[in-house]
Amino acid sequence: MRKYLSFFKIRFINGLQYRAAAWAGISTQFAWGGMMILLFWAFYQNGQNEFPMTFPELSSYLWLQQAFLALFMAWYFDNEIFNAVSSGNVAYELCRPVSIYTMWFMKNMAVRLSRVVLRCMPILLVAAILPKPFNISLPVSLFAGLLFLASMFLGFLVLVAFTMLIYISTFYTISPLGIRILAISVVDFFAGGIIPLPFFPENIKAIMYILPFASMQNTPFLIYNGYLNGLDILWSMLLQAGWLFALVFVGRLMMTKALKKVVIQGG
Amino acid sequence: MIELNNINKTFKIAKRNAGFGEAVKTLFKKDYTYIHALNDVSFKINDGEMVGYIGPNGAGKSSTIKIMSGILTPDSGECIINGRTPWKDRINHVKEIGVVFGQRSQLWWDVPVVDSFELIKDIYKVDDASFGKTLNDLVELLDIGEIIRTPARQLSLGQRMRCEIAASLLHNPKVLFLDEPTIGLDAVSKIAVRNFIKTLNKEQGTTVILTTHDMQDIEALTERILLIGKGKILLDGTLNELKKRNSTHKTLVVDYMGDRIGDIAGISITKDLDGHAELVVDTLEIPVSQAISLISAQVDVTDLSVMGATAEEMVVSLYKEFEI
Repeated sequence: MRKYLSFFKIRFINGLQYRAAAWAGISTQFAWGGMMILLFWAFYQNGQNEFPMTFPELSSYLWLQQAFLALFMAWYFDNEIFNAVSSGNVAYELCRPVSIYTMWFMKNMAVRLSRVVLRCMPILLVAAILPKPFNISLPVSLFAGLLFLASMFLGFLVLVAFTMLIYISTFYTISPLGIRILAISVVDFFAGGIIPLPFFPENIKAIMYILPFASMQNTPFLIYNGYLNGLDILWSMLLQAGWLFALVFVGRLMMTKALKKVVIQGG
Repeated sequence: MIELNNINKTFKIAKRNAGFGEAVKTLFKKDYTYIHALNDVSFKINDGEMVGYIGPNGAGKSSTIKIMSGILTPDSGECIINGRTPWKDRINHVKEIGVVFGQRSQLWWDVPVVDSFELIKDIYKVDDASFGKTLNDLVELLDIGEIIRTPARQLSLGQRMRCEIAASLLHNPKVLFLDEPTIGLDAVSKIAVRNFIKTLNKEQGTTVILTTHDMQDIEALTERILLIGKGKILLDGTLNELKKRNSTHKTLVVDYMGDRIGDIAGISITKDLDGHAELVVDTLEIPVSQAISLISAQVDVTDLSVMGATAEEMVVSLYKEFEI
């Protein structure tokens, strides 16, 4: 395990270097979060209270989404991994006594976490002092807060496990661009990145909740703002764990197959 | 101990002709050609040996190295290194080998080299004491003390290559594969790298397998040579044996005063200008010493040197001989 932690460490420290990028990211996320909130505010002004969430719940959801964007953004990929495969540098990684799957998984976690560490605090702080109902409220209870953290970690792992499938597919397709674009749009839509999942019509929602994408950002944020409670929390978190297990299993299987037929590019 | 028996590897490669029409056609039907990268390759290398693995581009050198380092799975055949099959037991196998790919980098680009070393230490679970000792030795032998605190991206190629080699040896591997370790290096760095490899082989008894296009590498380092061409092992022998095969001709370079050199049986004149001549002596017809005395009988020799075939020329003639 120690060796994987070392991979984690080197990527994490590396990620912390990019301060300017973090400030740029923070301001973008403020602008984006503000826009989303104003957009929904316009709907809420004219609607007849037929919304699945109250406006303060929605504000919390949207600010959490912005603060923890780096954990759940599907469009972010570690180019180092793609380059390693398409240029053949993966040869060196294969010469190490490590599981490539675990190593890439760790690297991914490290990059995303380092980004989130730099960004989440300023966003959460400022979002907390905004006037009501545009601000982020505290979790509904301390217990919900703890469950939120646990569920967010699970959701984070589910997302990384899913992106692993895209990284592994590079072994088969050489250029990962096509699969990437497809995956990005699917994940963003079905995970509630564009519109929070509770806003979808009932019958579609039922299917969306079962898909792995709902187990990413949707579950923890809904626990935080109190939309999910009681047994629903338990089921959602079990579903998260189930998807995590399934995605890691499939990923490892694909990796083993890929390595058997791997061709190292470029001499 | 390294043993390869009848290793075969075929690559499937998509091919198409140039042009838009052809590009559209391949959307529906792709033509593949099969390239037999390795064809019944067998050899055996004992512990502590230093072997030069040579052959023209595309002969299968890198493929063999990749198979031996567990990256590539061959189609058929057997390869046993220290009692293991590399691609079946990759993780345990790679603990005991070190690999340097001259054209790639294993150092993390943005961090000081020594950080990469620390990471490699953790990957191979090297304990602090032996890591410290190995690192000290490597730093001294490769003369990299000054540069290991610099990020890899700011190193020159020669500096980086020395760090790459150090990185491959931090875990004290029993076998070291070097895939073109001197490619693109200047004379000083080349010599530093060669000396280091020699010392390593002599003092630690590390088995070294080296692919290169630089015949001076071979001359400086290896006793034994494996020649591969078109995926087949064509020759397995010592450098001296190779030299003997090619030593029936010697070149004489002569500076002289007086008339031109006349015809002598067994000597052909390749160049003769203004008192400077190059002659090729067929040693089967006439010994070199006799050739020299015959020449000095004709003209007043001011300077003379005898040259055997260089490794470079030998390899060219080998490539010609085997039509690769």
